Amino acid sequence: MQPILPEDIQFQIDQLANQELYVHLELTTGAYASHLDSTRHPASAFISNAVIRYTQGSISGTGPYRVGLKTTLGWIYAEGLTHIDEMDKDRLILAGHDSQGKLIVALQLSRDKF
Amino acid sequence: MNHNHAEHQRILVVLPHPDDESFVASGTLSMYIASGAEVTYACLTLGEMGRNMGIPPFANRVTLPAIRKDELAASCLAIGIQDLRMLGFHDKMIEFEDEDLLDSQIMQLLKELTPSLVITFYPGYSVHPDHDATGAAVIRTIDRLPAAERPLVYCSAFASNREQMIGKADVTIDVTEFLANKMASIQAHRTQFQAAELVGNQDLTEEEMRRRFGTEQFWTYRFVESS
Repeated sequence: MQPILPEDIQFQIDQLANQELYVHLELTTGAYASHLDSTRHPASAFISNAVIRYTQGSISGTGPYRVGLKTTLGWIYAEGLTHIDEMDKDRLILAGHDSQGKLIVALQLSRDKF
Repeated sequence: MNHNHAEHQRILVVLPHPDDESFVASGTLSMYIASGAEVTYACLTLGEMGRNMGIPPFANRVTLPAIRKDELAASCLAIGIQDLRMLGFHDKMIEFEDEDLLDSQIMQLLKELTPSLVITFYPGYSVHPDHDATGAAVIRTIDRLPAAERPLVYCSAFASNREQMIGKADVTIDVTEFLANKMASIQAHRTQFQAAELVGNQDLTEEEMRRRFGTEQFWTYRFVESS
């Protein structure tokens, strides 16, 4: 994984527009959040292999970054993105890692099922 | 508690995530294996929803399952586990799985292996929903066996309120003799162990290792006899 360079991400977002895609979207504090610190509220959500199509998408912010995708009927949004799998050229594999290095958010787009 | 290390020759371990075996029972298993025990580890998932991706991160949601599969095999090698079964359930989803499917796979293992000892998580006192659901499935399945055929079940529990609810652990095993195996098993999980709440990324002194990882504790599960 490498730190995000927004220009590269924007290029990939444009490449994937206007076609059927599989999306994995996730936000998680982890299952141990309140075990390790009782003041924290554990919350997580993920959806895997949902089929979507977007007409317009962009990355914004100065890091951690936000991505918004305008889909046929609504929006997809992720905040807190820091890293990209730079080895994966066909798919867009974005993740956000917190100060301890743990994954806290993930947004992944692919033409094929994950 | 005095342990006769040769008392269990066939052991079944049922845990949901790669690295659960390292922290829960790697020392105990190494000890039994040194006395000739055959160990089967049924690992329910590949931990593919884990948040630790290495420090700095070198894995992601897509690459994590294959990486953790290799880490799991390396950990089993470090412990000496002869038989690893990866059951292929989805991480984080055990509590939502079809109970019959889950139970039937566990029952199949019990019938095939007839272990004298089973190691799993204590349902309700193991913090992660997958831990609790795995322990519950194991207990539910073993409870269906006639009392005379039930193996002994050692449960690991680490919820903060565990002693208040289920008392003190009745089995404490000193694993200092097998600390090298245990540390090698923990460190085989390269994406995981550097997390601060696990080992951290500092080298530990011998003394710290002994203090943090030198004993393993279990609660023997007491089945309620039905008439």
